[in-house]
Amino acid sequence: MAKQSSVTSVSIGVGLATGLYGISFGALSVAAGLDIWQTQVLSLLMFSGGSQFAFVGVVAAAGGVASGGAVIGAAIVSAWLLGIRNGFYAVRMAPILQRVGLGKLIPALLTIDESTAVSLGQQEMKDQVKGFWITGAAVFVFWNLMTFVGAVLGDALGDPRAWGLDAAAAAAFLGLLWPRLKEKQALAVAVAALFIATVTTPYLPAGVPVLLAGLAAVVVGIWNLLGGKK
Amino acid sequence: MSLWTGILIASVLVYSWKILGFLVPNSVLNHPVVSRVAGLLTVALLAALLGVQGLTGSGQIEFDARVPAIAVAALLLYFKAPFVVMVAASALVAGLLRMFFGI
Repeated sequence: MAKQSSVTSVSIGVGLATGLYGISFGALSVAAGLDIWQTQVLSLLMFSGGSQFAFVGVVAAAGGVASGGAVIGAAIVSAWLLGIRNGFYAVRMAPILQRVGLGKLIPALLTIDESTAVSLGQQEMKDQVKGFWITGAAVFVFWNLMTFVGAVLGDALGDPRAWGLDAAAAAAFLGLLWPRLKEKQALAVAVAALFIATVTTPYLPAGVPVLLAGLAAVVVGIWNLLGGKK
Repeated sequence: MSLWTGILIASVLVYSWKILGFLVPNSVLNHPVVSRVAGLLTVALLAALLGVQGLTGSGQIEFDARVPAIAVAALLLYFKAPFVVMVAASALVAGLLRMFFGI
């Protein structure tokens, strides 16, 4: 019993903490030029922080929404590629949740960093299932509520630069990146990608430098350059 | 393409990875090289977005108040500050620098 309530409280705690930074997503999305409803739909349907920040980040880098189809195409591809890790989480979660048919649709939506991490952190199967559902649901509810709060606040703030929201968007990417930099290989890829995207920006259409930098990962990953273990 | 169309397409594509993992656990996702590339791809895209968002503006390389703001964010991350505190602090640093020094 005590064990069960601890899974529940961990799940809700993670949901609250994660939801809170939905405020920054909401504010940054509106600063990028999306309206409140577009921002909200991203949190409801895309529901994956990294992909959402990437989508609005590419739009913002292009100077807002007036910038046309190529930029939106690059935003789509960036969000899509950043979402791939959720596919690996889903592979881990499928045998634990054991859902069939249409019963897979909702857990698929809720398969994100946090729900997977809490679930896999539990010892017993029952707690793993419970951790996934409560964390997924809690993050979904709080993330969406706080996205709305952030979007309304961002809309009221006016000039995003005066409030440092462009710096906040960069900080958000650094925060998402930080926990992944423990290995030498990842750090090298990060430095190379940052450099490639920055120096090619003056010469390429908006959004393309980010995708070009992704090639660094493909090259290093396929040949396992700088990789310690297999 | 309108922004709304882009939002819907991107949302479906992001969802497609998730449902693929549930429907076809032994798909391409279950390959060590694919798994390693995917992990590094996440790192590369986030780092690239950091560079573009933090160091460029209007299609040019620009160093301004964002650079010290990112340094403060890195310091806070090193000391394990919560995400939202770190993001707010970087906005505050950049906002104040612009207000007082116009950079």
